[in-house]
Formats: sequence, C-alpha cells, structure tokens
Amino acid sequence: MEAILPKIVFVYLAVALVITSILVVSNRNAVHAVLWMLVMFLHQAVLFITLDAEFLAAVQIIVYAGAVLVLFLFVVYMINLRTELKIPNFTVFWPAAFFVSVALVILAAQALKEFRTPKPVGDMTPQAIAKVGHAKILGHALFTEHILSFEAVGVLLLVAVLGAVVLTRRIRMRGEGV
Amino acid sequence: MIPLSWYLILTLFLFAIGAFGFIARRNVIIMLMCIEIMLNAVNITLAALGRGLEHTTAHVLVFFIIAVAAAEAAIGLALVVLLFKKTREVHMDEFRTLKG
Repeated sequence: MEAILPKIVFVYLAVALVITSILVVSNRNAVHAVLWMLVMFLHQAVLFITLDAEFLAAVQIIVYAGAVLVLFLFVVYMINLRTELKIPNFTVFWPAAFFVSVALVILAAQALKEFRTPKPVGDMTPQAIAKVGHAKILGHALFTEHILSFEAVGVLLLVAVLGAVVLTRRIRMRGEGV
Repeated sequence: MIPLSWYLILTLFLFAIGAFGFIARRNVIIMLMCIEIMLNAVNITLAALGRGLEHTTAHVLVFFIIAVAAAEAAIGLALVVLLFKKTREVHMDEFRTLKG
C-alpha cells in the first residue's frame, strides 16, 4: 500500500501538468492562460516535493508563481487584448508545428527506450536529506563549488533588471523638456 | 520510489507541448509563457536526474535555470511592451520588419 500511493500522486500530478499546459497553449484569453500557468507551477512545486527537493519547491513558488507570473499578468493588463478574442489563435502553419512536436516526442521516446536508471554517484542521499535537509545540502554546494556561477547569476539578474528599465523608459527628445 | 523514466516521459510531453505552443501561437505573451513551460520541463528533468544520481549539481543547475528564466521573462516582457507601444500589436505574424 505504501508503494502505490506515491505512484498515484505522481500520476495525478503528471495528468494535471499536461492538461494545464495544454490549456495554457490553447487558451484564447491571455489572462486565463496566465492563471492556468499558476495552477501548473503549483503542481510542479508538489512534483519537486515528491523528488525530495523542498528547497526547489519553495523557490518555484516564490520566483515563478510570485514574481514571474505577476510580471506576465501586469503586462497582460497593460496591453489591450480585446482583439485577441476575435482572431484565430494559431498561425496558419499550426499543423506543421503539430507535426514537429509529435516527431520530437517520437524521436526522444526512441532515444529513451534504452534508458537504464544510473547508479547513484553523489552525496545527496535520502538519508542525508532527511538528516540535514535539502536546503542545507544545496546551499553548501552552491556556496562552495558553484560560488562563481552564483555571482555570475547575480550580475545577470542585475543586468536584466537594468535592461528592462532602459528598454521601457520614456524616450525624451532633446529640447522636449522634462 | 517512482521510476526515473516516468519523470522523463512526463517532461518529454511537457516540452513538446511548450514547443508546439511556441511555434504555433500568434500572441507574443503566450509564446513567452510557452518558453517558461519548456524551461520548467527541463527543470523537472534535472531535478529527477539529480535525485536519481543523488548529485547536487543538477539541483544547483535548476536553481540557476530559474534565475535565468526570471531574467528572460523581465527582458522579454519589456520588449513586448516596447513592441506594443510602437505598433499597437502583439501578434508575431504581423511583424515583418526587423528595423524598429
């Protein structure tokens, strides 16, 4: 009985993820699409918890559901999308796009057919996670082995914020006054 | 413990759905959201493989991918706002010039 419960949870999460992502892709209304995406991110956070990655689940909710989706929602509200409800959703070549996606699935499934579960190599064992916690293990790796990448990501985020500000500022011509 | 291949199959479908949406949708905002779906599929793959290999690097990489996705969303949405200001249009197949 204990073995079947995680599988039921996984199957529910998988079905919910696929259905909500299809709804995001096919939804006519952008606001509805953003809200379905919120449902998708919450399910994905639970999926991270089934992988014993509770820190990633927290980051998923804080960054994606808290920051990125709010950004999307603000832009959707700023842009008048009333015409969106009348015109076709997809471009004219959507059958070709569908074919490409199906071909991608088939090819990658062929590649995955020979997949064997690899042997564990690292130190993030379930015992270690249960003992000291996932956040501590991840933080230790992040601030010792990957400290340079961490700094680089900080600079990247700074550049992204500055870029967004520079791109959307109001351009004033010379002599226009303030 | 759920088999690792289940996660890979799930993320394969998620990635394909995101790729289809990115190619076929006309709305720029939905296209950016499809990029987020694809990045999330990759995140699940990395988290599952990191759990299977019991290695921290994959989870650290998920962390970095989330940061990059946030940066990408900020820049992409700023560009969408700029495009809308200039052309009053957010449909990708209406843009035929590269010069603003």
